[in-house]
Amino acid sequence: MSRLQVVSGKGGTGKTTVAAALALALATEGKRTLLVEVEGRQGIAQLFETEALPYEERKIAVAPGGGEVYALAIDPELALLDYLQMFYKLGGAGRALKKLGAIDFATTIAPGLRDVLLTGKACEAVRRKVKSGRFVYDYVVMDAPPTGRITRFLNVNDEVAGLAKIGPIHNQAQAVMRVLKSKETAVHLVTLLEEMPVQETADGIAELRAAHLPVGRIVVNMVRPEVLDGADLELVRTTPRSAVAKALSSAGLGGARRGGNAEKLVDPLVQQAEEYAERYALEHEQRSVLGELGLPLHELPLLTEGMDLAGLYELATELRKQGMS
Amino acid sequence: MSPDADAHDRHRRLSPAPVLDLDPLIDDPGTRIVVCCGSGGVGKTTTAAALGLRAAERGRKVVVLTIDPARRLAQSMGIDSLDNVPRRVKGLDDSASGELHAMMLDMKRTFDEIVEAHADAERAAAILSNPFYQSLSAGFAGTQEYMAMEKLGQLRARDEWDLIVVDTPPSRSALDFLDAPKRLGSFLDGRLIRLLTAPAKLGGRAGMKFLNVGMSMMTGTLGKLLGGQLLKDVQTFVAAMDTTFGGFRTRADATYKLLQAPGTAFLVVAAPERDALREAAYFVERLAAERMPLAGLVLNRVHGSGADRLSAERALAAAENLEAVENLEEPRIVDQEGGKAGLRNSPDTYGSSESPASEAPAPDEGSPADPKNPSSERTEKGRSADPADRSVDQLTAGLLKLHADRMQLLSREQRTRDRFTALHPEVAVAEVAALPGDVHDLAGLRDIGNRLAAGRPELPETAVDRPDVD
Repeated sequence: MSRLQVVSGKGGTGKTTVAAALALALATEGKRTLLVEVEGRQGIAQLFETEALPYEERKIAVAPGGGEVYALAIDPELALLDYLQMFYKLGGAGRALKKLGAIDFATTIAPGLRDVLLTGKACEAVRRKVKSGRFVYDYVVMDAPPTGRITRFLNVNDEVAGLAKIGPIHNQAQAVMRVLKSKETAVHLVTLLEEMPVQETADGIAELRAAHLPVGRIVVNMVRPEVLDGADLELVRTTPRSAVAKALSSAGLGGARRGGNAEKLVDPLVQQAEEYAERYALEHEQRSVLGELGLPLHELPLLTEGMDLAGLYELATELRKQGMS
Repeated sequence: MSPDADAHDRHRRLSPAPVLDLDPLIDDPGTRIVVCCGSGGVGKTTTAAALGLRAAERGRKVVVLTIDPARRLAQSMGIDSLDNVPRRVKGLDDSASGELHAMMLDMKRTFDEIVEAHADAERAAAILSNPFYQSLSAGFAGTQEYMAMEKLGQLRARDEWDLIVVDTPPSRSALDFLDAPKRLGSFLDGRLIRLLTAPAKLGGRAGMKFLNVGMSMMTGTLGKLLGGQLLKDVQTFVAAMDTTFGGFRTRADATYKLLQAPGTAFLVVAAPERDALREAAYFVERLAAERMPLAGLVLNRVHGSGADRLSAERALAAAENLEAVENLEEPRIVDQEGGKAGLRNSPDTYGSSESPASEAPAPDEGSPADPKNPSSERTEKGRSADPADRSVDQLTAGLLKLHADRMQLLSREQRTRDRFTALHPEVAVAEVAALPGDVHDLAGLRDIGNRLAAGRPELPETAVDRPDVD
């Protein structure tokens, strides 16, 4: 099991939710995981129903069986000062740089540097050990940028190593790339059973593979339960509406006569079934597209009551059951 | 917990948000720019494309600037090549003599063009081959935002179109897109750039000795940090930026002001999901703080039901009832409608399943079936034979369960919407009904345009009478 689990996905597919559920799922049997947020959205705090996370690793959840989940929202500016302090003992100079706008420059105008800091910080957490030589975190789960940017994001250090051909930045960049391209890392992609996210997933996997980044698994999120199967849908097409009206009527929903309440329900109900049929066909098609990508596939159910903390534990249990942790 | 979170209280409604009427907005010749913003995955690009098409078919000369469209969507408009130039979209209804052009933003190309336009050939070549520039312009996070703003300014300056519809980049946060011009501007005005570019200038001036010392310490530090070659690359790049991009600050300011001008309308795009609407609320607040003119909220993928008076609970109870019938072979009636139930096999029903099926339904007998769907009449199924009845019961129970799911989704969407409306009652909302599939062509975009302009999902009349209608 890779120790750095990177979770990406198209916007709107719920990658933050999946990353959080995975962090919970991995924190079994006294294990400790760190859930890292890099996009400054405070999505993790919202999911775990806590106040906004500071730039500091703090415990946000206890997993069933005694494991612990820590969370960290990386702030690029503070990460840079941190980094300067760590490598060059530049506390005061760091503040001066900030005054001059150099920190702004590094973290916003030259956003590549921001990605360097974000990936660097995550890799540092992966490698960090306590005195006894044991890793501080058994797993680090990263809620990463969306699929469209993930390869460039993870590969930024290659680019930096090419720009800064010597010096500490070069060395640091190469160290980060060694972690990211090793078996220590797995990049998972979250998708929905819809055309665009599936297409983006396929493109994303091709890009990751071309960049020699380790692709992990595909997580299909928000899968709706199958209410009617193919045979039922065929039956919808062949059953006279009057028969449905009668059945509705017998179930206590009004008259089956034309204009009766049960009869008036038939058209909208059949229309909903037709919409369902269209989506059903589309979902099957997308599932087979995903199947052809040759990666382990996991499915998480759509939570009908919306996403909350209880739902998060439910998804974590599901991931564990499916062997993703 | 807010009171509107009560799952069972689905009949109670806040006073509805005003309806956003998009046709007057896109028809008004005073509207020159429409900016669609919102979080990723809410159909922003599709909304921009559909609005552009609609405006063009209503007679305007439109250009749609998309940032990163899904391939199929781009193809549906005939732009599958990334060439950074507006292309005329064919296949429009041009009876109102409008035009639609569309382009995809190519960040690197846009960046290169700025350099080429503002530097002499020799200097331009030096910048374009600078490794730091190459890496920056190829589009790390952030560059997209600057270039989208720059392109918008360019399109507006060309004055060839009377309406520009802009799709915004899928930013990490709302801030990036609005901040881009300002941030770059303040950087170019900042002290760092002086430091990096002008050691010579500084040295000679009186009273600058202190700064000079600070400066050399800084360059020393930066050199240590970046490596000498990279620092030199950065310095060359920044120097080039400073001289060739002298006008950038002015243009960035102008673009920012353009966004605040009355001819601009912002549309916040969202889906009725918690995260998307939270982000939308944030956009609304942010736009207000920046004094940017907000036209309203486009809420995509809203679900409706033609039978929304049949609650989820009743549908499930009825489904259970049908399944119970199946098990007991004995109709068990849950009579919630006072005597209207229990009509199975009663002689006054018009049920055509009792009559021999025929190719052409008799006007009186077969009529409960949808006339648009005569195929439902062709079947021999549904006769009084028991197994067929049972499978119909089973199927009907399935239809009711499907409906219950739909109603639960509806009430969840309604709660999320209510939360937004409670926070921002002033924001007009256009709701766009969910499509079961994806959009692939102009017809699909046109359909979305119709739904956008309707403002509310168009639904068939509801069926079961309910006394307590709103």
